[in-house]
Amino acid sequence: MWEKKPVLLLVMATGAILVGTIITMILPFAWVNTEADRIEGVTPYTALQQEGRDLYIREGCNNCHTQTVRPLVSDVLRYGEYSKSGEFVYDRPFLWGSKRTGPDLARLGGKYPDSWHYKHMDSPRTMVPKTNMPDYGWIAKNQLDPQMIQRKMETLGFPFTADEIKALAGKTEMDAMVAYLQKLGSDIPWRNTAKTEIVGELINPYAGISHEEMEGWEEIYEDNCSACHGEHMEGVIGPELDGSNYEDNELFEIIFNGIPDGGMPSFSSLGTDKVWKLTNFIKDYSRDEDHH
Amino acid sequence: MENQTYNYAIVRSFVTWSVIWGLVAVLVGVIVSFQMINPDLNFPPYFTFGRLRPIHTNAGIYGWAVGVIFATFLYMVQRLCKVPLWSDKLAKFQLWFFNITIIASAVTLLLGYTTSKEYHEMEWPIDVMIVILWVAFAINIIMTIMKRKDEQMYISLWYMMASIIGVAILFLVNSAAEPVSLFKSYSAYAGTNDANVEWWFGHNAVAMALTAPPLAMFYYFLPKSTGVPIYSHRLSIIAFWSLIFMYLWTGAHHLLWTPVPDWIQTLAMGFSIMLIAPSWGSVFNGYLSMSGQWHQMRENYLVKYLILGITFYGLQTLQGPMQAIRTFSAFIHYTDWVPAHIHMGTMGWVSMIAFASLYFLIPRIYGREVYSIPLANLQFWLILVGQLIWSISLWVAGVLQAGMWNAMNNDGSLTYTFMETMVEMYPYWWARAFGGLIYLAGLLVFIYNLYMTVNGGKPAVAQTATLEGRA
Repeated sequence: MWEKKPVLLLVMATGAILVGTIITMILPFAWVNTEADRIEGVTPYTALQQEGRDLYIREGCNNCHTQTVRPLVSDVLRYGEYSKSGEFVYDRPFLWGSKRTGPDLARLGGKYPDSWHYKHMDSPRTMVPKTNMPDYGWIAKNQLDPQMIQRKMETLGFPFTADEIKALAGKTEMDAMVAYLQKLGSDIPWRNTAKTEIVGELINPYAGISHEEMEGWEEIYEDNCSACHGEHMEGVIGPELDGSNYEDNELFEIIFNGIPDGGMPSFSSLGTDKVWKLTNFIKDYSRDEDHH
Repeated sequence: MENQTYNYAIVRSFVTWSVIWGLVAVLVGVIVSFQMINPDLNFPPYFTFGRLRPIHTNAGIYGWAVGVIFATFLYMVQRLCKVPLWSDKLAKFQLWFFNITIIASAVTLLLGYTTSKEYHEMEWPIDVMIVILWVAFAINIIMTIMKRKDEQMYISLWYMMASIIGVAILFLVNSAAEPVSLFKSYSAYAGTNDANVEWWFGHNAVAMALTAPPLAMFYYFLPKSTGVPIYSHRLSIIAFWSLIFMYLWTGAHHLLWTPVPDWIQTLAMGFSIMLIAPSWGSVFNGYLSMSGQWHQMRENYLVKYLILGITFYGLQTLQGPMQAIRTFSAFIHYTDWVPAHIHMGTMGWVSMIAFASLYFLIPRIYGREVYSIPLANLQFWLILVGQLIWSISLWVAGVLQAGMWNAMNNDGSLTYTFMETMVEMYPYWWARAFGGLIYLAGLLVFIYNLYMTVNGGKPAVAQTATLEGRA
């Protein structure tokens, strides 16, 4: 019957297509982004952040970076608290991505200080030697267009002030990008809750180890620390470590948990063994007078 | 005499332009594969990976695949309905507007005008152009079907109509946006809703643009090439209706473990597994149509392309549902495994069927024998080997990377930092780029063969060997 009637076939095909469409695509609008999804503390983007987000889109960052942490052990350990629907209510479009050529960025906000981002965007390989991320230093040469950004904020219906728009003049695309990256995933206070409470006494498993036995540990330092603290611990973005005088457990705790307000990321994902190795390596280097 | 009234000129033009855009897609693909190995190959602001990758994907989908769809559908609809095209003028408009739209897409994407929504990156003015283009195409196909001479419509026509209506619905809904300026708009949906709409679109664009149309071609060109009809009409009816019904439930398998509501994810997972049945319905229909004809795999290069193509379709529709299972997705999603999966579909399934269809069309629309069958065979092996190197190297890479991402120490911490896992990918990315180069070589052989056929091929002998009937 339908094989002889094209209009009937078209109507039937449309019907077949619409069943799944209505149930799995249209119906969810009744649940998603409603009051039940709302999370206190999640705010719209500021003018500068929104412009940064639009630049993230323009440069196609989503082709290599995802922005959604899954409720899986390895995801949460690596990136932080898993993503919640209510955190994305101001995201038009969503930027969850589909491929992690680079790491997930959903919880990037507050992980590093601004200076880290400026340097890393300018020349990623100075911070992460083997990365394949292209240099984005050129966006620091482009000035923002406050009028256009105001129109964007109006279209989105986000609150803004005249002063905020005025302050955009003279700022560059790089400023906007960094402002956006620092907002990512930081509307909920997850860093405080994710902090590991260390209970009991910390005992350095490598106490009294000799300089010679630390062979190979320098690599852990180079991979994780030298970009900010310098190849010779002379301090770059982070403070100088050479000559520092921390107790074993004090230094372990700083590396393990980071200093959330001080721009020092947590390195708990390296595991206690590597963090102890770093602790001993840094202390040994600081004690050693030969290289001064 | 009737042959002269068919509009083959428009088919010839679409063949040429689809191949040109196909070359662009593969060339840009090879370029971005090297950019992933060496970041110094990025030339900002225009020629960076972030801007070129959408050009690769969209040139592949909208330029190459849709170009071949236009060429083959405009041919098949005339032959299957036994009438000339409803409007030659509309078809001519469609050709020019197609090329203008593809050029405009490439230029705006290079300039950074993008919505970021995958396979739908072009900004709203281009969306409007694509809608106009599709409507022009749809009207011509449907009106030609309305005035057909055969009352009964062949299988290929069902798939063509489903594809036309499906693409229209998907594209319109996912396009909804609020413009800020000529080149910037914001999606009408936010966050989780936007993600769900986008992957309902993204996955079903695969269904309606990269599955239904190649199946329309397969059901037409396989019997035409072998000279024997499709094995089971009933099986094709069941496969058709269950395919277009079930596909639409599965988009959220791209969003497993994300904040999209669990029940949508579960439905997507279930329907993805159910989809194996209609997909393999077509695979079996193809294989069983070959019974008693398998010797043609050796003798007829067209059959070789078509059967390998449907085989990759079969593999693709087993691997896809496997990836749609929550536990496996947790392991493999976001790694290089996924592009390997996609490229088996595009390079293996869609393009194998497309090349077979074009090789079949060439003698009929140009009136000349294909210049060199040995070259067609050489091309077959180049694109097969190129694609296998491409996909296998990244499947291995994906498993390796997933394993490293999940590896844990005894104290419950992660064994590897992200960078330690990424640097392990470089050798596999080299292998992938090498596979891409071989595939490109295969495409160049095809273009040479096509060029030589058009300019100085032998006049075609009367096509009496093939059935001119419905099949």
